[in-house]
Amino acid sequence: MSTIDYSDKIPNNVNLAEDRTLKRALEQWQPNYLKWWGDMGPDGSQDFEVYLRTAVSVDPQGWAQFGYVKMPEYRWGIFLNPGEKDRKIHFGDHKGEAAWQDVPGEHRANLRRIIVTQGDTEPASVEQQRHLGLTCPSQYDLRNLFQVNVEEGRHLWAMVYLLHKYFGRDGREEGEALLQRRSGDHDHPRILRAFNEETPDWLAFFMFTYFTDRDGKFQLCALAESSFDPLARTTKFMLTEEAHHMFVGESGVSRVINRTCQAMNELKTDDVATLRSAGVIDLPTIQRYLNFHFSVTIDLFGADESSNAATFYSSGLKGRFEEGKRADDHLLKGQTYKVLSLQGGQFVEREVPMLNALNEVLRDDYIKDSVGGVERWNKVVEKAGIAFRLKVPHKAFHRNIGALAGAKVSPDGRVVSDAEWNANVEMWLPSGADRAFVASLMGRVVEPGRFANWIAPPTIGINRQPVDFEYVRFN
Amino acid sequence: MNAALEAIAIRQHLIDPEICIRCNTCESICPVKAITHDSRNYVVDAAKCNLCMDCISPCPTGSIDNWRTVPRVKAYSVGEQFTWDALPVEWTAEQLAAEGVAAAEAPALEPVAPPLPAAAGGEAAFNAAAYGATVPPWSAAHPYTNLYGAKNPTAATVVGNVRVTAVGREYDTHHVMLDFGSMPFPVLEGQSIGILPPGTEAGGRPHHARQYSIASPRNGERPGYNNLSLAVKRVLQDHQGRPVRGVASNYLCDLKVGDKVQVIGPFGASFLMPNHPRSNIVMICTGTGSAPMRAMTEWRRRLRATGKFEGGKLMLFFGARTKEELPYFGPLQNLPKDFIDINFAFSRTPGQPRRYVQDAMRERAADLGALLKDPDTFIYVCGLRSMEEGVVLALSDAAEQAALSWDVLGAALKAQGRLHLETY
Repeated sequence: MSTIDYSDKIPNNVNLAEDRTLKRALEQWQPNYLKWWGDMGPDGSQDFEVYLRTAVSVDPQGWAQFGYVKMPEYRWGIFLNPGEKDRKIHFGDHKGEAAWQDVPGEHRANLRRIIVTQGDTEPASVEQQRHLGLTCPSQYDLRNLFQVNVEEGRHLWAMVYLLHKYFGRDGREEGEALLQRRSGDHDHPRILRAFNEETPDWLAFFMFTYFTDRDGKFQLCALAESSFDPLARTTKFMLTEEAHHMFVGESGVSRVINRTCQAMNELKTDDVATLRSAGVIDLPTIQRYLNFHFSVTIDLFGADESSNAATFYSSGLKGRFEEGKRADDHLLKGQTYKVLSLQGGQFVEREVPMLNALNEVLRDDYIKDSVGGVERWNKVVEKAGIAFRLKVPHKAFHRNIGALAGAKVSPDGRVVSDAEWNANVEMWLPSGADRAFVASLMGRVVEPGRFANWIAPPTIGINRQPVDFEYVRFN
Repeated sequence: MNAALEAIAIRQHLIDPEICIRCNTCESICPVKAITHDSRNYVVDAAKCNLCMDCISPCPTGSIDNWRTVPRVKAYSVGEQFTWDALPVEWTAEQLAAEGVAAAEAPALEPVAPPLPAAAGGEAAFNAAAYGATVPPWSAAHPYTNLYGAKNPTAATVVGNVRVTAVGREYDTHHVMLDFGSMPFPVLEGQSIGILPPGTEAGGRPHHARQYSIASPRNGERPGYNNLSLAVKRVLQDHQGRPVRGVASNYLCDLKVGDKVQVIGPFGASFLMPNHPRSNIVMICTGTGSAPMRAMTEWRRRLRATGKFEGGKLMLFFGARTKEELPYFGPLQNLPKDFIDINFAFSRTPGQPRRYVQDAMRERAADLGALLKDPDTFIYVCGLRSMEEGVVLALSDAAEQAALSWDVLGAALKAQGRLHLETY
């Protein structure tokens, strides 16, 4: 029997001290989690003291406490947003009924599946990013990477809490399995494909946090509408942290672009070879990375027509993005949605039942949201006086899931022949040479205030600390 | 106080659209629904924002922490903010003046009042306790003193008078800006001036002068002009809490732009700041004693902005009864952390134990001790007499913890002009 005071070690607002069953479950799981962190967490970082944000409560003052922490000693907490009194289900067949405080038997399997799928992405991204610390472009960025990592870890805790608390032995087994699967492992891969891809370099990391963590945001937003109240409250709080991850991505890419534009103006050239020899990442390469991460991420929303999506919605498990702000009947029966597909070499829009198209609805909301940040990147280019625009590729470009899977479509949305695809694919997606070039730039820069040549410093530091603050103390 | 001048300018809370990533955290956390968005920008409605600061620390980007001084009637509307690609430039002093915001220069720190009871004859009177120095730091600038006395006062023109505490508070505090026109009135941070209220006392004699610490830096509240600012708290009761209407403070608080005031001084030749590079300043004050601290902080802030001065550490311990009674609160929090290390102590927060500046000092004893070891550290204490003992004791404890002998250090601080006490 452990003597660790978990209610102290695990900041929480779920009354952990009083819940014996849950405490026992966590006592079993926590050492395994720490072992997983030791094996698969950030490489070689166990002794670093990192200036991290820790949540100690859910109020505005409590959830952003900054201080130096050794990552294995990070206080991964369990937090639910404050409950809404008499919350009602606000979409689907149960609309108007009281929200569920426990799991209804008939939805148990589906809810478990949703939670496990969400939970699996959290440790997966830590695994994908575990070597990046060795090539960080600055202390500031290293700290941001570690902040993303510990918060993904906390999101795993959040999902495991739900599994332990509401799903009994099944839940405990799933909790263990979340620590067994490994990103990219042939025999025990992570559940979703994008989470088995490597994050080989920092440009990929920034693209991943911008695009793929934004998928996380949309999934969490949809789950924050759930009739299962503990899930809704957990995911609402997770969203506040997810925001930091997208900030890392958006500002990271923006700083890379900024540095490239500087070099273009200094050298008065847009010649790729010249820029590469000057040690910055040319804009066409950034565009190819964007194409890759965008297309891989929109696959994550699933098949464009899905009866599961309809079931999840109608049974109240998962809503739409901003469900509460929409002004329709929140039942969606008899309504239709236009879904894009390819027939005889032509794009056609088919009207399909809205309920079956909810994955597509969420994907389209996501695309709208992604475009906003890309436009802000373009402002950086514009400000530098350079005539170049980054664009998100066409929805049908480089897809592997849904009706558009395998279609040969150019980034600007033209259906192309296999020959044309093969002739151009290196213009559209990062080639081996692109990745090798970007990898060649990745060297470790860790003196406070110094930045690798290929990236501009940020405008402001973290928590109003200066940019040259000692964000990581190496011991 | 005339309503027209009340809050004629506001510090408007804005979000930097260039840095914001539209994550919605601020909007979801705002308790008064002052934050909203369109497909382009997240914006704050100035009419709804109550400056509670709940949104500041959750923001992942820092874009939330932006402020502009604008005339209340010209506050940026929500619709206008939606169209921005970048924050607007700050209003210049001239533009603000044209809108009738005379106390322009938008204090980086908002002022509080130091109603120093006047010494007889209007002489500078530092109530230096045993450890207080009577000499200035070696690198202090040379002060001018006693250029004008009670027999030959000079006239200053009120160019600004803005109430800086919320209506409805027990006390109100005014930021009063005086301009000396072409008359010389050179001052340094830490000095004070005397005000001669018009009229006579009950016995028919003219009122004696009341002394106020200057709250602006040496080159003026509005840099480059012959002006200074005072922070005046309207006195409605005496130290024992008995109702009394302060003659000078009420006179000053009720002044209108354009009014003339009889001024004497400047006073003070030792409570002066060090000017050499890498000199550290520790400031300890309670509500009414913060004016000289604001002046010193603002001077260092301006020097830092030039990029040509390597300042030392600034550490501030600031006590008040409650957060609400601390007029510096918002603006102070906007100062960069690598510029000034700020520690608040509130003695009357409901439901919380009483916490005084000396308690905050003890919590920071390790860092304070490190500063005490540094011969380039200068310490300033200003506020009510009752704080003096506790503060000096906390200093001596911090010294002992840092393995310094207080007997030796205390004597050195006094002899070298490194510990200045001004209490009343």
